[in-house]
Amino acid sequence: MAKEKKRKAAEEAVDGDDYIEREDKKPKKQKLILASQIKNKEKRSAVYAKLKHEKRVEKHKKIKARDAASKQALELGEEPPEKMVPRTIENTRELDETVCRPDDEELFAGNDADEFSAVLKQQTAPKVLITTCRFNSSRGPAFIKELLSVIPNAQYYKRGTYELKKIVEYAKNKEFTSIIVVHTNRREPDALLLIGLPDGPTAHFRLSNLVLRKDIKNHGNPTSHEPELVLNNFTTRLGHRVGRMIQSLFPQVPNFRGRRVVTFHNQRDFIFFRHHRYVFEVKEKKEGLKDKKSKASQGKTEKKAIARLQECGPRFTLKLVSLQHGTFDTKGGEFEWVHKADMDTSRRRFFI
Amino acid sequence: MQNDDVIWDVIRHHHCSYMAKIQTGNFCRNPYNVTGICNRSSCPLANSRYATIRDHDGIFYLYMKTIERAHMPNKLWERVKLPKNYMKALEIIDKHLEYWPKLLVHKIKQRLTKMTQYRIRMVKLSKKVREKIMTVPRKEVKRESRREEKALRAAQIENVIEKELLERLNKGVYPDICNYDEEIFNKLLDKNKEEEQEEEEEEEAEVEYVEGDYELEEEEELEEDIEDMGDFLKANNFDDIEGDEDDLEEQPAKKKAYVSYPLKQDDGTEKVRRKGKKVVVEVERDEDMGNRQHNAM
Repeated sequence: MAKEKKRKAAEEAVDGDDYIEREDKKPKKQKLILASQIKNKEKRSAVYAKLKHEKRVEKHKKIKARDAASKQALELGEEPPEKMVPRTIENTRELDETVCRPDDEELFAGNDADEFSAVLKQQTAPKVLITTCRFNSSRGPAFIKELLSVIPNAQYYKRGTYELKKIVEYAKNKEFTSIIVVHTNRREPDALLLIGLPDGPTAHFRLSNLVLRKDIKNHGNPTSHEPELVLNNFTTRLGHRVGRMIQSLFPQVPNFRGRRVVTFHNQRDFIFFRHHRYVFEVKEKKEGLKDKKSKASQGKTEKKAIARLQECGPRFTLKLVSLQHGTFDTKGGEFEWVHKADMDTSRRRFFI
Repeated sequence: MQNDDVIWDVIRHHHCSYMAKIQTGNFCRNPYNVTGICNRSSCPLANSRYATIRDHDGIFYLYMKTIERAHMPNKLWERVKLPKNYMKALEIIDKHLEYWPKLLVHKIKQRLTKMTQYRIRMVKLSKKVREKIMTVPRKEVKRESRREEKALRAAQIENVIEKELLERLNKGVYPDICNYDEEIFNKLLDKNKEEEQEEEEEEEAEVEYVEGDYELEEEEELEEDIEDMGDFLKANNFDDIEGDEDDLEEQPAKKKAYVSYPLKQDDGTEKVRRKGKKVVVEVERDEDMGNRQHNAM
């Protein structure tokens, strides 16, 4: 700033002496110097600090004004001014016409007729066969062990060198309802293949971010009660189908006494798996802490019901790579959905 | 003109571009070589009368060269197609190489045997299903991991799960959750009783686990899917129970049910810490619950 002044003074001096005639013709332009152009580090940092401070002061002013306005509106009984909602990717998601609507009868009819309806209507109990790819890995067996504890009525069979199609036949004979194949790559479980039986669809997921139970701090130990399922955000038709497929792995009669919940949460096409045990508690919350002035309301305590979770079991994320109609048959099968590279071009477009 | 010994001398002692020297010996890269070893008797350049078997697209051909054609390199090798049948091929070799040195004929037959064996193996292998390894460009891998992190942060999973569980509790999905504060539990029960007596009875009497929960679970899931589902689904929920409208009214009331009660302390049980030992507490609470149920009923 001082530099600026000096410069201006210099300019004026020059102008004053030599270019007196021109003064009335050209109004003096004030040269704005960016803070980043100041070469002196101390001076520059001082200028930045000042700018930052100014910004913060302005922001605080805005917030205060907004709060005051809303409070005033409330007191007067009018409607408070609209709260500003930040723009998120979920808010600005591209419009997808396949999003399930509540009044879609076709959807419900489809649900009745699809491959999972037998299990989901409890006509058959789910029975899951877990196996691996031909080469096992270091983390694979541990992961499978944990999967066995999460999914009730699941059995592990060693892979051997059987072809997958033969395994599917074998499982059909033994009346399994689904197969899970854990595929490993570079000694880490990498992909999950979910095959519904008898002629259910085959879903190929990519597995990432696997955290085993022993690596979770303060983990809990799951019991053998049937878990509750929570499936979040499966909005589109494809998502609905995938959701039902996942649902068909678990028995539809959760044992609430066990207080176990298994969550599949879909966010931006990533399905996050979590396994918790929960507890409902009553939390005492002191009302009126915000309003420091009115001491009269400080004695009031509100009881609020909260749920608390303790994580147990593995934690991983799935991403759908392809969904194939019918059991496993990559060459001759009909693919309902395949992930292609040009689906990733838009940051606001999701499919599940 | 064509003196095999001279050729061999020159090749062996000076330079042969087909020769590959490795640890175990000298090998010949010449495609017309019968055995593949760099030898005086196996070198196709140093033998003016020579024969091999070569394979093209799964069909075997017998190649022969004689000294009469040594001055026409273009027409040097004579080709005979061999049948796929092993015995017949042997007969044809015998026929063509009748007056040739026995050693060479023997080597050729050995080569034919080896080649048929590996042809069979190749056919078997191609019928088998092998996993195909596909590469993923590093750019994509990085992109996916970045997006996953951001999605995880945006998801706020624990909060969502807690909210969902509370919603289910308020809806009354859990008829006998055993570690809830007695007062609140009773209040909820009373509310249910006041507004919908039939509903209460039916919930306890019918095989709720079988039907009701399934529907609830499924519709819960749908509910997450669709915004502003609320009333429609709740109407569906209690389809088999009378009084849909009452339910609709009840729901918003339940959600605002943060009434103040005096906090009741349980005797002997410590407050469950967030990540404490659950097992012990459960046992104690079960017993208490048993008593409580008697009291409530």
